[in-house]
Amino acid sequence: MENLQELLHGFTIAVTVPHLVLMAVGVLLGILVGVLPGLGAPNGVSLLLPLTFGMQPVSAIILLSSMYWGALFGGSVTSILFNIPGEPSSVATTFDGYPMARDGRPTTALATAFGSAAFGALIGVILITFLASWVAQVALAFGPPEYFAVYFLAFASFVGMGGAAPIKTVVALAIGFAIAAIGIDTVSGSVRLTMGVDELVKGVSFVVAVMGLFGIGELLVAVEEEFHARAVSSKIDWREVFRAVGRLPRHALALLRSAAIGCWMGITPGGPTAASFMSYGIARRFSRRGRYFGTGEVEGIISPETADHAAGTSALLPMLSLGIPGSATAAVMMGGLMIWGLNPGPMLFVDQKDFVWGLIASMYVGNIVAVALVLLTVPVFAALMRIPFVVIAPLIVIICVVGAYSVSNSYLDVVMMLGFGIVGYLFKKLFYPLAPLVLAIVIGDKAEDAFRQSMLLSKGSLGIFFANKLVTCLIVGGIALLLLPLALQLARLLRKPAPSTGETTVQETVPEKVII
Amino acid sequence: MGRTSTFLLPAAVTVLAGTMPALAAWQPQKPIEFVATAGPGGGTDNLARAVQNIITKHKLTEQPIVVVNKGGGSGAEGYVYGKASAGDPYKVIFGTSNAWQQPLVSKVAFNYTDLTPIAAMAQDEFLLWVKQDAPYKNAGDYLKAAASGEFRMGGAQSKDTDEVLTRMIEKAGKVKLTYIPFKSGAETAVQLAGGHLDSHVNNPSESLGQWRGGTQRPLCVFSPKRLPQGPKVTATEGWSDVPTCVEQGLDIKQYEQPRTVWLPGKVTPEQAAFYVDLMKKVQATPEWKDYIEKTSQVDTFLTGAEFDKFIKEDLDHVKQVAGEQGWLVK
Repeated sequence: MENLQELLHGFTIAVTVPHLVLMAVGVLLGILVGVLPGLGAPNGVSLLLPLTFGMQPVSAIILLSSMYWGALFGGSVTSILFNIPGEPSSVATTFDGYPMARDGRPTTALATAFGSAAFGALIGVILITFLASWVAQVALAFGPPEYFAVYFLAFASFVGMGGAAPIKTVVALAIGFAIAAIGIDTVSGSVRLTMGVDELVKGVSFVVAVMGLFGIGELLVAVEEEFHARAVSSKIDWREVFRAVGRLPRHALALLRSAAIGCWMGITPGGPTAASFMSYGIARRFSRRGRYFGTGEVEGIISPETADHAAGTSALLPMLSLGIPGSATAAVMMGGLMIWGLNPGPMLFVDQKDFVWGLIASMYVGNIVAVALVLLTVPVFAALMRIPFVVIAPLIVIICVVGAYSVSNSYLDVVMMLGFGIVGYLFKKLFYPLAPLVLAIVIGDKAEDAFRQSMLLSKGSLGIFFANKLVTCLIVGGIALLLLPLALQLARLLRKPAPSTGETTVQETVPEKVII
Repeated sequence: MGRTSTFLLPAAVTVLAGTMPALAAWQPQKPIEFVATAGPGGGTDNLARAVQNIITKHKLTEQPIVVVNKGGGSGAEGYVYGKASAGDPYKVIFGTSNAWQQPLVSKVAFNYTDLTPIAAMAQDEFLLWVKQDAPYKNAGDYLKAAASGEFRMGGAQSKDTDEVLTRMIEKAGKVKLTYIPFKSGAETAVQLAGGHLDSHVNNPSESLGQWRGGTQRPLCVFSPKRLPQGPKVTATEGWSDVPTCVEQGLDIKQYEQPRTVWLPGKVTPEQAAFYVDLMKKVQATPEWKDYIEKTSQVDTFLTGAEFDKFIKEDLDHVKQVAGEQGWLVK
């Protein structure tokens, strides 16, 4: 086991007092920028970057990656407590995390999220350790048709299992695709859908959309529905933190399935966002308590969190070995690598063994440090839920406004964020699902680019999606996931054709909260 | 904001030390914003951060500098921002030749004439890259092979420098290439490594790691003479070993991408002079030489009339290519 030896050597680099201190500092700073939405991991890392120029590359990357872990954990805090996801990949955590916190169980929700996130990250690192060379090869097999197939699979796994009326899901998706199309089009180079507003040429930022849709939208609904007595009387109990983590093994199946989905989506370049949505969608389909998803189910938190962190961690490998950044934060770190004088690419593993294995070892240690620190902060964050609604509501508005503004220092973004708030409110009132909308905004343009690049390659023939085994499997899997609910419905109808004649409104029985 | 406070300390030290010689008539009185018209990690972003780093380290100005990324719309976001900041000498825009090329081919709400040119600081070279195990040894073989089948050429963005060069190769080599646009040069390099493309025309720094790793190799460089001698990239070869394309019968003498620096429009000549001077000082530092070498660029400094002349010539050339392809927007 050559890799194991390298890893042990890596530990001797990572587990030194200065590096452990750097990890703790990085994680704490990360939690801070993660909790303050709008600041976020990419901004935090770029603010810290100039300070690392004088450091050893391995110390610098340990500091920055620890900050990244901290920010990932911190991002889940706002998703769960205030329904404001700070990163695209923590959107799916709001679906069950927020209802559970509202239900008076913020401690359980946070501890469950952190515990499963740490598990996902651990599986991701183990994968990197033992399959490093193989994993790097897998990513190379992905050309435009394969990219499109992965995105298609993510859409299919989520959309096919939606709780809302299928036509409403399609409408939400279509609106999302239209929003994703705003700005300059990669394939034709022309400006689309800016409606004469010069500033829109940059496109619509995900953060702006999500803060409005979730943060402000939810606030509007809450103001209308239950203006008084929204302070949740949450008992803050230290033991609940450990109990929640201790209960995780009961959901071993969900944990393992989500970690597998996460690793797969991290290695193939689907990324953490697609992974968390896909994992949530599949969990809802296959969990015994699937129909309660959206009301504060434990597995509804475990699935997206585990997959998100497994994908985020294993995606670091393609970045190092191929030089493709999997996320905005990874892109900043890559810029750092070049300034430190390292070139991401296949030779990094050969030339810079100390750096690579020091980093991988620090991922083990850094994640442990992060989860320990973050679990300690759970009661503090949970206590935030005790603050009465009249105080919290204006705070949420401030956070959303500042967050939207700080994306690119633009007032237009603030106006758009408020506009998205109204859209979010209307979606809730009319029982349209928000998740497909967000998914389409986040990966819609990537899917479109990949599709059109494939069409350029094949000169317009759809046959390219069945040209090799890999892409065929992905496409067939996607179609199967898409048709599965339909097939099940048909099978049910065929088996007992009589019981409810004339009952066409099956969907109406779905409780309101489940539509996400 | 937390981000300014990080810079306040060194700035205060500089003020106390009083080391600033009063060379230019105008001096900045508040923090300066560097606007990179690219996302974090791209070539333009690296330049802006390297310049920031050098200025801070050598205390070339007493004001703190903040780098912001406005890379949306292939950089248009940053230029539009520059246009909207007319008269504000505290915004410095870092870009490429797309400042004048982009308005030709897409309806973006700016033109380079809305900005005040400061300098072109470095030239990035272009090379013709193929997969490591491709059968062709030189550009001649490549063109011969490309003439028989339709080759897939990848590049960053659409109707931008990479595609312009692709169209020039088509014309000079009398071949037909299918151009596939990707988001960045790094992404294109990986697609070539995976065998999804036949070739691309990346800058040296975009494919350096891939060349060292033995996934792809350069056939020729689009430059009048070979690149300067530097450290070896692979075991046997360095940049200076790559022949020029003209040597190999692909008659494109020169194609380069300048890294450009701009101020918003309507600033005073004294303000522009301050930044020209500042960039000159940056270029004289050892860190700058180091940056140029690490990113395998060519050190140049064009300003004033020379820079204007360069823009005009490049514009004429791109107009011609874009006109032939029917890309020009009305």
